[in-house]
Amino acid sequence: MNKPVIDTSASTRVRPITIAVLAMGGEGGGVLADWIIDLAEHGGYLAQTTSVPGVAQRTGATIYYVELFPKAAARGQAPVLALMPVPGDVDIVLASELMEGARAVGRGLVTPDRTTLIASTHRVYSMNERIALTDGRVNSNALLQSCTDAARKLHAFDMAALAEATGSLVSAVLFGALAGAGVLPFPRPAFEATIRRGGVGVESSLKAFAAGFDYAANGGATLPAVKPADAVVESEFVRSLLASFGGKVTATSQPLIVAGVSRVLDYQDKDYARLYLDRLAPVAAIDAARDDAPDDLLSETARQLALGMAYEDTIRVAELKIRASRFEKVREEVGVTDVQLLEIAEFMHPRTQEIAETLPASLGRLILNVGWIRAVTDRLTRSGRVIRTTSLRGFLLLYVVASLKPLRARSLRYIDEQKRLSDWLDIVIAVAPKNYDLAVAVARVRELVKGYGDTHERGRAKFDAIMALVQKLAADPNGARTLDALRKAAGQDENGDALKRDIARYNLA
Amino acid sequence: MAERSFKSEVEKLRLGAGQEFRGEAILAVTKALLQSGVSYVSGYQGAPVSHLVDVLNDASGLLKELGVRFESSANEAAAAASLAASVNYPLRGACTFKATVGTNVASDAIANLASGGVIGGALIIVGEDYGEGASIIQERSHAYAMKSQVWLLDPRPNVASIVESVEKGFQLSEISNTPVMLELRIRACHVYGSFIAKDNVRPSFGGRDALARPERDIGRIALPPTTYVHEQDKIGRRWPAALRFIVENKLNEFFDGDATDIGIVMQGGMYNNTMRALEVLGLADIYGNSRIPLYVLNVTYPLVDSEFVRFCAGKKAILIVEEGQPEFIEQAVNTILRRADIQTRVEGKGMLPMAGEYTGGVLKSGLRQFVEKHRPDLIAPAPDVDARIPKARKTLEGNLEGRPPSFCTGCPERPIFAAMKLVERELGPQHVSCDVGCHLFSILPPFNIGNTMMGYGLGGAAASALSGESGRRPIAVIGDGGFWHNGLASSVGHAVFNKTDSVTIVVDNGYAAATGGQDILSSSAQVESRSTGNPIEKAVRGVGVDWVRTLTRTYDVAKMRDILREALTTTFPGPKVIIAQSECMLNKQRRIKPLARAAVKRGERVVRERFGVDAETCTGDHSCIRLSGCPSLTIAPNPDPLRREPVTRVINSCVGCGLCGEVSHAAVLCPSFYRASIIDNPTGWDRFKARIRDAVIGFLQRRMDRRALASA
Repeated sequence: MNKPVIDTSASTRVRPITIAVLAMGGEGGGVLADWIIDLAEHGGYLAQTTSVPGVAQRTGATIYYVELFPKAAARGQAPVLALMPVPGDVDIVLASELMEGARAVGRGLVTPDRTTLIASTHRVYSMNERIALTDGRVNSNALLQSCTDAARKLHAFDMAALAEATGSLVSAVLFGALAGAGVLPFPRPAFEATIRRGGVGVESSLKAFAAGFDYAANGGATLPAVKPADAVVESEFVRSLLASFGGKVTATSQPLIVAGVSRVLDYQDKDYARLYLDRLAPVAAIDAARDDAPDDLLSETARQLALGMAYEDTIRVAELKIRASRFEKVREEVGVTDVQLLEIAEFMHPRTQEIAETLPASLGRLILNVGWIRAVTDRLTRSGRVIRTTSLRGFLLLYVVASLKPLRARSLRYIDEQKRLSDWLDIVIAVAPKNYDLAVAVARVRELVKGYGDTHERGRAKFDAIMALVQKLAADPNGARTLDALRKAAGQDENGDALKRDIARYNLA
Repeated sequence: MAERSFKSEVEKLRLGAGQEFRGEAILAVTKALLQSGVSYVSGYQGAPVSHLVDVLNDASGLLKELGVRFESSANEAAAAASLAASVNYPLRGACTFKATVGTNVASDAIANLASGGVIGGALIIVGEDYGEGASIIQERSHAYAMKSQVWLLDPRPNVASIVESVEKGFQLSEISNTPVMLELRIRACHVYGSFIAKDNVRPSFGGRDALARPERDIGRIALPPTTYVHEQDKIGRRWPAALRFIVENKLNEFFDGDATDIGIVMQGGMYNNTMRALEVLGLADIYGNSRIPLYVLNVTYPLVDSEFVRFCAGKKAILIVEEGQPEFIEQAVNTILRRADIQTRVEGKGMLPMAGEYTGGVLKSGLRQFVEKHRPDLIAPAPDVDARIPKARKTLEGNLEGRPPSFCTGCPERPIFAAMKLVERELGPQHVSCDVGCHLFSILPPFNIGNTMMGYGLGGAAASALSGESGRRPIAVIGDGGFWHNGLASSVGHAVFNKTDSVTIVVDNGYAAATGGQDILSSSAQVESRSTGNPIEKAVRGVGVDWVRTLTRTYDVAKMRDILREALTTTFPGPKVIIAQSECMLNKQRRIKPLARAAVKRGERVVRERFGVDAETCTGDHSCIRLSGCPSLTIAPNPDPLRREPVTRVINSCVGCGLCGEVSHAAVLCPSFYRASIIDNPTGWDRFKARIRDAVIGFLQRRMDRRALASA
């Protein structure tokens, strides 16, 4: 038998360069794979690519796999190139998004002995992360950490931001990062020539390429900068109010109190801001008596009380919608240029309930309780309204509603909300001396009450259901933990099924 | 019009002898068909063979020059039935579809075709959608080849081998009077490579010749007693003829190696990845030279007993690399060796998994196991796993979410399911029978709608046994693709005849969208070579449905909800059909985006709409996302220091379909959504109006700001 000479020694044998591209449908992963093929073929390499697009085109995660082999080493015998990666045998992984990079790690495609991982660190949230009733986001730091641990070399930065800044796509930034990482045997001009040969969006692609190149050449791994929460401007009045606020304020609670009092002031008036601090004072006193312990109760109550006092009613919504600062935010968000015009239309659906609640209490009760009046208003408010805030008519309508602010304190909703807030606050204050942790948990349950319409009603019902159990838990050393668990259960589904189940589980029903 | 134009691909089909073709394998197959002198081609779209159908749809000029007829078939059965032209005439023909869903539908025609046999070469090109990324049930086309005695080619997955197998397939078909099935796995269809082209061949015998001199041979028609003759002919004549051709033309390949006492047998399609696994294990080089002898089955049915006997001579063990189940080849090889009284041990599914795709990792571990057992001297022990890898994976636990495909941004099907969610709130949960198509994504979050899916066009049929009782009735969802594929008869006609009390929603988006946006009977696009614009409502009424409602804008969630409620509660007997129309957004954007861009460039007034969310009024409950799931409707960190939950945010990929606004109205959500209309090249009148309103609004806004400042 004629035995072929088989060179399997690790040091001398020629091996293909193996590249996996992980992307989501519609992100240009295919274009990127095609670029790599073109680059390689013009650089004296044989190239093969495969993919599994199919239904994955429709926003699903997908992998493109590319192998490159030097023509000079082909020795008249073509190499056999694989159609899918062997875990542990991938030289370069390109990922268009942070979780996709981590997915490559999870699939074993990224190994410390050989893989250069180039990943964008922005997040495209998965369906489960997006549909959670509260916060369903996974831990980005964990994703990045796993990439760091598994890769031989990691180049990770926010490529979506660079793509947006250069008017291009993540794929072009990735291609630049691939060049900048210096892991392919081709010079930078060869990459750029490939983009030019593509002939589509050449200028913007080259800009994005350059941005990616520079970042990758510098190395490192960074998560996208989180835009700091809107800074609260501390007015003279707020400063004077706080100066007279008794009790101990720490670095944790201080910014929340400032934000809280400012919110309430913006919501109504100076008296309302004073009321906020007056209500907070007994809580501050409880924490002040606890020496050096962290003032969790004050922080949480400051937060929840402000949100509760600044509940969203039609007046508030109208006011927020017509502010100059809001117009500016919309311009910025949708990216309107100076030569373009912008029109804004709001989608609102005030129902009888919301309208009646905004009116003075007696009138509101009349509408809600007199059958025929209610029937008429129900009929009038059955469908939602589109209000063009940038038209004079729409703006003036909302302006008139917003100007009802001085009458708010006489409204049905106001009276109702203040009563509910007082009841809640009384329980927090009453529980605190006996069971401090439970008081903190009770304060936090208030976050279930949010939103409008059905959302608000469902949240309110869950809140009431949990608050009814506080007495039973007051003596329980695990009461705080139980209450926190119930609050989380309430956030699991819309109808409160998980909450009901857990209440039964803890024998609290 | 399909998702994109394939004019540049069509040019590749014109390459002549000696020129290098570079491109995807499925396009190379299309070229190979023309080089083989086909007279006709038919196909039903579906990954991974859509490309063949799409390109030929765009190649009418070339096909006319060559005298080739191409048919975009109504379904796979129709595609396979077209091969009847090769029964009596020396015409080469091919059909293509996705397998095994396509082979399932086509099996009636394939069985009849295979029974009587063919004179002209008949090739069935199946895209085997198996393994990662597959959108269908995991089965094998192999079973169909076996049951109908159709020869099955499974070539090595490189473009040149695949092209070669097309020509050889036609020859094999003609010499054995048997249709031949060419199986291409999903990655093989999409592999990019090259081959040296030949000239296209104009068929010497065309359909016109057949019509001019019709031939009739009752011996070729499947009706007893000829069916008994067919069976004998298959076994007694066609099978041996096929074996002779396979052996003489060396369709299967043998590769020597120095470890002569063991061997590996593999399906041709497994070759590249198996070679890579051997190479990684140090048992082969990158050029395909292996230390272990290889026997590559480019024909996986029928197997050639004599070749197995020869390969196994002097071997203590062989490993069979056979993807999928049941393990037809392994079973057959055991029989072959037993009959020949050969004692070689047959390893296969004991070392490689019975079910699931043979990925690189799977092959590597199976091959290692085989060599460690039978020739441990050939292989170094497995290296220890780097501790950093399990550590990295541990960090990921609970942080990695699946990302299945979903409805695209602005998809017109989404509002249908949003409306169903709203009706569900009023009337309680419904039994929903689904169908094949993008709309099947409804079974996933956020909609979680749908109880069963029984096949293409069968949504209505699958609901029929639950015909309405005690005021409840089942809902069936079926796409326009499924409707024309099979649904008109199986789902709608069936329900009329059986007086089924059900509600059928036909999703009419103008295309066979899930397979790549191909045109169908009811498409609105005007295509010269096809008849489009045939309304679904007309067809539905034509088969006898009296309760039909057509909604021409699915985004009208409130109306969709009202129609659905009416359909579910009416006392009208028999089937209720709702036709929900709006163009597939993916295709619509591909159509209108370039037009809008050009109009802006020309200086014309263009209005682009998109939606947004005011973070200040968004309370982070995300109920809007739960009623939509649009990729452009996502979340962002809350800018409010008092709030923790991420807010909803609309990103710039929003196409302004309007669903967010409609849903927030219909479901009475929060007032956070706004629609921004961005006007390019505004007219003088636009600018004049803007100046006036900006002056008034600006004045009032400044007044508000002053008051706020005064009270702070």
